[in-house]
Amino acid sequence: MKSAVIVFPGSNREGDVARAIALISGDRPEMVWHADTSLPAGTDLVVLPGGFSYGDYLRCGAIAARAPIMRAVREHAERGGLVLGICNGFQILCEAGLLPGVLMRNARLKFMCREVFLRIERSDTPWTRRYNAGDVIKVPVAHGEGNYEADEETIARLEGDGRVLFRYTSPEGELDPEWNYNGARNAIAGILSEKRNVLGLMPHPENHVDPVVGPVDGRGFFESIAATLKAA
Amino acid sequence: MKARVTVTLKSGVLDPQGKAIEGALRSLGIEGVESVRQGKVFDVELAAGDRAAAEAALKNACEKLLANTVIENYRVEVLG
Repeated sequence: MKSAVIVFPGSNREGDVARAIALISGDRPEMVWHADTSLPAGTDLVVLPGGFSYGDYLRCGAIAARAPIMRAVREHAERGGLVLGICNGFQILCEAGLLPGVLMRNARLKFMCREVFLRIERSDTPWTRRYNAGDVIKVPVAHGEGNYEADEETIARLEGDGRVLFRYTSPEGELDPEWNYNGARNAIAGILSEKRNVLGLMPHPENHVDPVVGPVDGRGFFESIAATLKAA
Repeated sequence: MKARVTVTLKSGVLDPQGKAIEGALRSLGIEGVESVRQGKVFDVELAAGDRAAAEAALKNACEKLLANTVIENYRVEVLG
């Protein structure tokens, strides 16, 4: 599979996600600088990695969302290509209007760096086919602004169309405010675009793929993407 | 031409930072503070010659970058 990881000034998880993709798919992604105006020919998957692009100036992801490369990312998404935004990448996708809503300051005002439990809401997506709906995985988060918010109408549409892919839950998969660390609306941790080819999520599945590090609950996520692109 | 753009959170949008500041003001003993909402101010200098052009340019800037209109309102004042 051909993937491109976009690097903005202040990105810092590009190495982690590139390593996870290479480990699981066998193919190393191309690193693409934000000031470039085109993606490598034949790119299947575009990744906007985590970090603090532009030092989170103005609003998280706001300046990166207007970077030159984003026009090519938008066109890739419009053609139905896969676009993944992790953490700051999710914030960038929201700021770019490729996903609805916004990531606000965590409700408890704390930067959260810890492991969380995510319930996978459906398996019939390009991103989760190697899991079962209802599976709970343990992955890390590291963010200060991950509190997902949108207006009532948008939330109703996301829920009604089954576009919430991941939620923060207890280890047993139960919804509980105690386990919704950042106060996100409806415990939303990740959402899909209308065509499901664009995904934004706050947690970092790329950090739980190698047994050397510990848990490997994030492997299925990258295996799913690889299987989707192989089948295509 | 100088102008000031003020960006504020829409009413109804939870503002945890404003709440924290409100709590700090109370703990300092500053009385009568009922609520605090945090926002941003941008002081901008423009080459535009007239007020209408300056306002139009800044409105465009707000829509495209300075404000996230999902959660924020903006106000443009051309100071002359």
